Amino acid sequence: MRIEGVPASAGYAEGPLFDLGRPAGIYATKASVAEEKTSLEAAIGKAVNRLAAMVETADSDAAGILEFHIAMLEDDALSGPAFASIASGEPADAAWRQALDAEIAGYEASDQDYFRARATDLHDIRDQVLRALTEGGGGPAPAGAILYGEDIAPTRFLETDWSHGGGIALKAGSTASHVAMLARSRGVPMVVGLREPLTAVAGIALLDAEHGNIVLAPSPAEIGSFRQSSSAFTARQGDARTFLARPAATKRGTAVRVQVNIADPRDVDAIDIATCDGVGLMRTEFLFGKTLPDEETQYRAYRKVLEWAGEKPVTIRTVDAGGDKPVPGFTVEEGNPFLGLRGIRLSLARLDIFRVQIRALLRAAPHGNLKVMFPMIATPEEYESAAALFAEERVALAARGIAQEMPPLGIMVEVPSVAIAPEAFTGVAFLSIGSNDLTQYVMAAARDNAAVAHLNSVRHPAVLRLIGSVAAFGRETGIPVSLCGDAGGDPAAIPSLIEVGLRDLSVAPAQLAMAKAAIADVPI
Amino acid sequence: MSATAEATVLITHDVGLHARPSVKFTKLAKSFPADVEIALAANGPWFDAKSIVKVMAAKAPKGTVLHIRANGDGADDAIRALIDLVQRDFDEDAGHVRSA
Repeated sequence: MRIEGVPASAGYAEGPLFDLGRPAGIYATKASVAEEKTSLEAAIGKAVNRLAAMVETADSDAAGILEFHIAMLEDDALSGPAFASIASGEPADAAWRQALDAEIAGYEASDQDYFRARATDLHDIRDQVLRALTEGGGGPAPAGAILYGEDIAPTRFLETDWSHGGGIALKAGSTASHVAMLARSRGVPMVVGLREPLTAVAGIALLDAEHGNIVLAPSPAEIGSFRQSSSAFTARQGDARTFLARPAATKRGTAVRVQVNIADPRDVDAIDIATCDGVGLMRTEFLFGKTLPDEETQYRAYRKVLEWAGEKPVTIRTVDAGGDKPVPGFTVEEGNPFLGLRGIRLSLARLDIFRVQIRALLRAAPHGNLKVMFPMIATPEEYESAAALFAEERVALAARGIAQEMPPLGIMVEVPSVAIAPEAFTGVAFLSIGSNDLTQYVMAAARDNAAVAHLNSVRHPAVLRLIGSVAAFGRETGIPVSLCGDAGGDPAAIPSLIEVGLRDLSVAPAQLAMAKAAIADVPI
Repeated sequence: MSATAEATVLITHDVGLHARPSVKFTKLAKSFPADVEIALAANGPWFDAKSIVKVMAAKAPKGTVLHIRANGDGADDAIRALIDLVQRDFDEDAGHVRSA
């Protein structure tokens, strides 16, 4: 059975399915009595199969015990009362527990030691089935599993070990969600917006996150063709890797700068600085997790990345909380968060928090080639207010004798007002186009809503025309223009971006090689 | 052909009709088409000899006089085979008696 979806992070994964929705050790009740019965039958069967497998390698004493357990589990007299309870509306786990506890009580009441001791076996038998009923949910996913569910939390993504493969298949989700972003930067295959809900099936599933589909209970023919596509994809990636070490250039030799986007300072540990032209976007939201980060924590995080990059520029974006990125104790609840208090609007409304970040950035600046940009700028006044705060904090640090430096200050171009009338911003040091947000605002299609995902295309002529006019504004005024949205790393979008005049892209580290390979194909 | 047969046998196995002997006992009982039941007294209560859960629930220790009755095809054969199994101490050698 094949379910179509939208590719969010290209790649192929073959593995067992793992339900994201089911918490550990808790039985997921079923919709009907029939399903509850099936669920208990399956759990008993699973327990018997496991015991039978153990008998194979057991010595005769152990085999005797295991065979006793199997015989008990296969006896309808043991499960009969449980199935009767299920018929009267009990869920399978409670029904089984009650039935076995009654049986156990009979053994425990015996005046013979031998029979009393059998209560332990009954406990074991009870728990084997309960385990089979509840397993599969919560806890870490098995290595190489395909995680499926409605959506996945970023923390869940981060705590999963992806080193043995695996992938993500979501009913909801979005190609522009934070997890999609993380998946692309780590090279984890991910499909979102599946047209039908996934239900767990035994055996492996095939996730094709290059084209956007998942195959459940695949036939040998399906497995064969899947593996062919998968190796072809890996080979293409290998070819792309040969581009990694070289500076990017188009077919005719036009140089294109390619920088990387990072979220966590630790991301740089896996990147060779020689393969990129710097950091085009360092997000700082990930520092703003459960608690607000203090100045020292932020300073250390920024300094680490600056020192790693050496001479190459590192563009750090001041915190872009709000929208789909709530931060407890900072962001506010809003009916329409993408159009509300997010990015620079929130920072300017919470100066206590913003000033801490500004001081950390000013102090980190002497340690490398720092540039700072503000997200969600809509008017020149916002930029001027933020720049004034930098100047104020710099003076205060200098007065205390603390080392600091004023970095070049630029803005994100993501609110259409800036892209339509960039001439109001001749005072900024640079412009960085945030194509994800610019696209969602131009197309009026929320980027976390799978139902309007088809509208969210950077290649729509309206979006491309705006990007082209910002690039032209940059050439006329000498203000550098770059692009740091997902489009920059998308081989399908790269030709259009270069065609409209961009020569500076910032991409997820995992896309670096593919992006350079795609640039080399552009006939300009 | 339908028949009824009944007999008694003394359990000489050290810990009685316990886990492993019960597995053997019920497996053997299930190999006959006749209904087979056991009891610890002539007047019952009677337990289904093909259900290990019921056989264990009878809690028959060493020294018990086990009543076995069968009804249906091969009732006599069933009784004979089961009595034989109990008399052979369920084919478990004496040195192999364990507490579990």
